[in-house]
Amino acid sequence: MGEDEKVIPDDKIDLRGVLCPINFVKTKLKLEMLDTGQILEIILDDGEPIRSVPRSVKEEGHKIIKVENIDGAYRLLIRKA
Amino acid sequence: MAEKTVKQRVDFNELKSGGFIKQTQKDLFTVRLKVPGGRITPEKMLKIAEVAKKYSRMGYCHLSFRQSVEIVGVHIDDFDTVVKELATVGQKVASCGPRVRVPTACGGCEYNPNGIMDTQTKAVEVDEKFFGTPCHHKFKMGFSGCPIDCTRTREMDLGFQGVVYPVWGKDLCNGCTLCAKACLEGAIVSDKEGRPVFDESKCVYCGDCIRACPTDAWKDKKKGWLVRVGGKHGRHPREANEVLNFLPDNKVNDFIAATLKWYKENGKTKERVGTSIDRVGLDKFKKEVASAFAQS
Repeated sequence: MGEDEKVIPDDKIDLRGVLCPINFVKTKLKLEMLDTGQILEIILDDGEPIRSVPRSVKEEGHKIIKVENIDGAYRLLIRKA
Repeated sequence: MAEKTVKQRVDFNELKSGGFIKQTQKDLFTVRLKVPGGRITPEKMLKIAEVAKKYSRMGYCHLSFRQSVEIVGVHIDDFDTVVKELATVGQKVASCGPRVRVPTACGGCEYNPNGIMDTQTKAVEVDEKFFGTPCHHKFKMGFSGCPIDCTRTREMDLGFQGVVYPVWGKDLCNGCTLCAKACLEGAIVSDKEGRPVFDESKCVYCGDCIRACPTDAWKDKKKGWLVRVGGKHGRHPREANEVLNFLPDNKVNDFIAATLKWYKENGKTKERVGTSIDRVGLDKFKKEVASAFAQS
């Protein structure tokens, strides 16, 4: 994913400790504030959040362009559709 | 003598598939209504409510375990009127006794993100084709859209559960590891580059990897039904046997017809198909029914 290494997110939200599906709803609301093509950074817990949120984001048509493991949590970059 | 009196009061053509269940109260019956797959329009619900209000002498309905609405406490003299009034919105009476029952199904792939196969369409189609077919005993079918199996197809005489076969292409994979995270079965493990190592022996064909993959490196190669036969609940539960995987959607009716034929020939009166299988052997069923549907 080299080309995305230097992507600077337009907005970010730390969702560690936020349960499903509130973490997805918060992601969705953040994405609604962005313009098409802009990038949102989210941080998700391992387990249920990392299993569920990316797939819901995909179902809404957005593109996950980067997934990074950071100390047991996950940092994702999402490009708004 | 009593029968003669009853005959004048009731149109027995309406009763041929059952659906009128005797209660402890004299002359009162529970009228079981057909709701294939548990999906019902508000129009029908309103009519059922109206009819139940008028004709239930006990003042309530019961939602049956197999997704039917039952109007409790209907007097035998009211049968014909109840049937006619329900028919104005196309609401039919279900069945009881030794025959093919109304199929059950999970909510539906139109709105459930896990859905692989269209259970609702299938339940209606199968109901139209097979409802009321006489058998040695009751014959229950159910459809689950995915391996979560909300319809409990393992308890069905014949159960169908949606499955999807995942294939991975390395060109689109960016090593994000989300598929390994999504897989609850341990069938996908990420290697050092984050790429998936797939162990099909652990796969339940749920498609979580396909849904999780952000780059569409995982795709569905084929979809179909996992078929289970011989399940039942009741006094002596029996878990169904898996007899086929990836039955194509357009072969479901043929599989049901073949199973019913086999059951008719191999079963005994008052014997569920699972008991017949225990008596004559699962291999016989597989050889005489399932093998013809197995894909190369």
